[in-house]
Amino acid sequence: MSERPLTRNIDMSREPYDLLQYRQAQGYEAVLRMLREHSPADVLEMVKNSGLKGRGGAGFPTGLKWSFVPTGEHAPKTKYLVVNADEMEPGTFKDRLLMEGDPHLLIEGMIIAAYTIQASTAFIFLRGEYLRAEKLLRQAIAEAGAAGLLGPNIQGSGFGLDIIVHTSAGRYICGEETALLNALEGKRANPRAKPPFPQVSGLWGKPTIVNNVETICNLPGILRYGIDWYKSLGKGSDAGTKLCGVSGRVKNPGCWELPLGTPIRELLEERAGGMSEGYTLRAFLPGGGSTDFLLPEHLDLTLDYDVIGKAGSRLATGTMIVLDDRTCPVGMVGNLMRFFSHESCGWCTPCRDGLPWVDAIFQRLERGEGRQEDLSILEEHLNYLGPGRTFCALAPGAMAPLGSALRHFREDFEAHIGSGACPWQR
Amino acid sequence: MNSQIIASTASKVVARALTEQERHEIDHELSLYPDKRAVGLEALKIVQKHQGWVSDESLHAVADYLGMSAHELDGVATFFNLIFRQPVGRRVMLFCDSVSCYIMGCENIKAHISKRLGIDYGETTADGEFTLIPVPCLGDCDKAPVMLLDGEQQRRLTPEKIDALLDKAGVPSSLGNE
Ligand SMILES: Cc1cc2nc3c(=O)[nH]c(=O)nc-3n(C[C@H](O)[C@H](O)[C@H](O)COP(=O)(O)O)c2cc1C
Ligand code: SF4
Ligand code: FES
Repeated sequence: MSERPLTRNIDMSREPYDLLQYRQAQGYEAVLRMLREHSPADVLEMVKNSGLKGRGGAGFPTGLKWSFVPTGEHAPKTKYLVVNADEMEPGTFKDRLLMEGDPHLLIEGMIIAAYTIQASTAFIFLRGEYLRAEKLLRQAIAEAGAAGLLGPNIQGSGFGLDIIVHTSAGRYICGEETALLNALEGKRANPRAKPPFPQVSGLWGKPTIVNNVETICNLPGILRYGIDWYKSLGKGSDAGTKLCGVSGRVKNPGCWELPLGTPIRELLEERAGGMSEGYTLRAFLPGGGSTDFLLPEHLDLTLDYDVIGKAGSRLATGTMIVLDDRTCPVGMVGNLMRFFSHESCGWCTPCRDGLPWVDAIFQRLERGEGRQEDLSILEEHLNYLGPGRTFCALAPGAMAPLGSALRHFREDFEAHIGSGACPWQR
Repeated sequence: MNSQIIASTASKVVARALTEQERHEIDHELSLYPDKRAVGLEALKIVQKHQGWVSDESLHAVADYLGMSAHELDGVATFFNLIFRQPVGRRVMLFCDSVSCYIMGCENIKAHISKRLGIDYGETTADGEFTLIPVPCLGDCDKAPVMLLDGEQQRRLTPEKIDALLDKAGVPSSLGNE
């Protein structure tokens, strides 16, 4: 049994395991046993009871999501599994590690997920810039196909699965699961109205499950070692492990697989080696660019969905971005606002018009030409673009770092007003 | 013959003939999807891979081939950051300007590139060799600053690394104005 089920085969200093090496490390055993011994309903029960939550950002329970897929005689015959490998959240670098480090783990997980919902076609919606991941995944899919682990009738089980790699071309909104479905259908990637939810009517109107790469990579371990083991991996209220990353001015930036429930301090100080020489911690975004800033006083919180949620932020992607005392917080948040403004898909007015306005204010502040009323205009946007006000979660995600920055770094914003230049200009 | 040049009805633009290789690759994608138009983006990427960018003539050719209107396909083409509807240089620098790279000083690196090549974001060097394009987070934030060049991720960029890359490409160090 492994305490690092996601990364146990990963060593980025060498090529990832090929099929033979992966199988020598017990790879695909879980799938073969599943096909022999378990019904799709059994697997669904197992995943539900494991407590696995989605690793794509929202932390939605995976088994519950799957349970909305219609089953039985009257259910549509065609169903789809889609793996969300679009990874464009600023500061996030975990799915790349999994796909480049152990591509067969993702494929094994996909067979498990597809079998559970009885989908015979699966797509990997891959970020276009992830060229190495694309090459390795295509290789691994071909290997698995040649060995009869994919294709029309896997190992004589009667269950078949084809995996298609779809590469995108750079647009953050494609990571939103309904926009992703439009992109896969060849349309402009605006999000869709919900309901109907993709589980009922997704890709080409068929029941579809969209899951994050890391979520899917949890499945082989759960099937191999069981739910008691999986639950015992977590140190707190959440089950399993999580890929956790740190970027910014720390001594040893990187990404590690840690038990959920690990204190943030351990991640930052032991794994990432603490702050670089000459830099002090000011704040951090715990899970990518769409999360609220947390402060040094939060370091003893644990990496749990609920714990971080209660502190007013989100664990989200688990990749933390560190703000040091020598980086201008207004510049950092301005950088995020430019990203969100550029990536707004333009579908709904508050986001399409609001984010460029926010961006323009930040550019003014950067030049030291900000006005006092700019701060209240920014505050108004927290409301206009907040949860429930826009068609999808992109705009509320953008407001998370903005709102928390206005609370925590008020004096830095003020210092940009009428100052003629950014006081931090290096 | 099917490869005849045909005038599109949507505008004055004349579709060029897709090459055999392009058609072959698009046909492969078509075999994977239940609906022709789902292949739109993949087909544009195939054309871009071979032609460097997607001209109006290419756009119309792909639209005709997939039985879509050029207008609809252009809606897809312009939605995506990495479909180039204008000519680009032979080597495109996709430079990460997102948050972790910002914290790690990517603006200084970008300034250095701009100085040496004499181009800003969105521009191409006079000799048609390099185009510099900003892209969001390249998923290598622990190795910031980062850019993607010729399909290779260049990590932990420093002015010295940029110099080494550009020296190797034969870019004279005096190109920018001192
Ligand atoms: C603007 C936006 C971008 C997103 N980008 C991604 C992404 O790149 N990868 C991802 O897995 N989820 C992304 N999500 C979340 C997805 O909509 C969806 O919740 C997730 O893929 C579900 O997978 P999970 O249940 O396994 O977490 C994004 C959401 C939004 C609103
Ligand atoms: S919130 Fe923004 S990204 Fe989401 S649908 Fe509206 S315009 Fe598009
Ligand atoms: S922010 Fe530049 S690689 Fe992630």
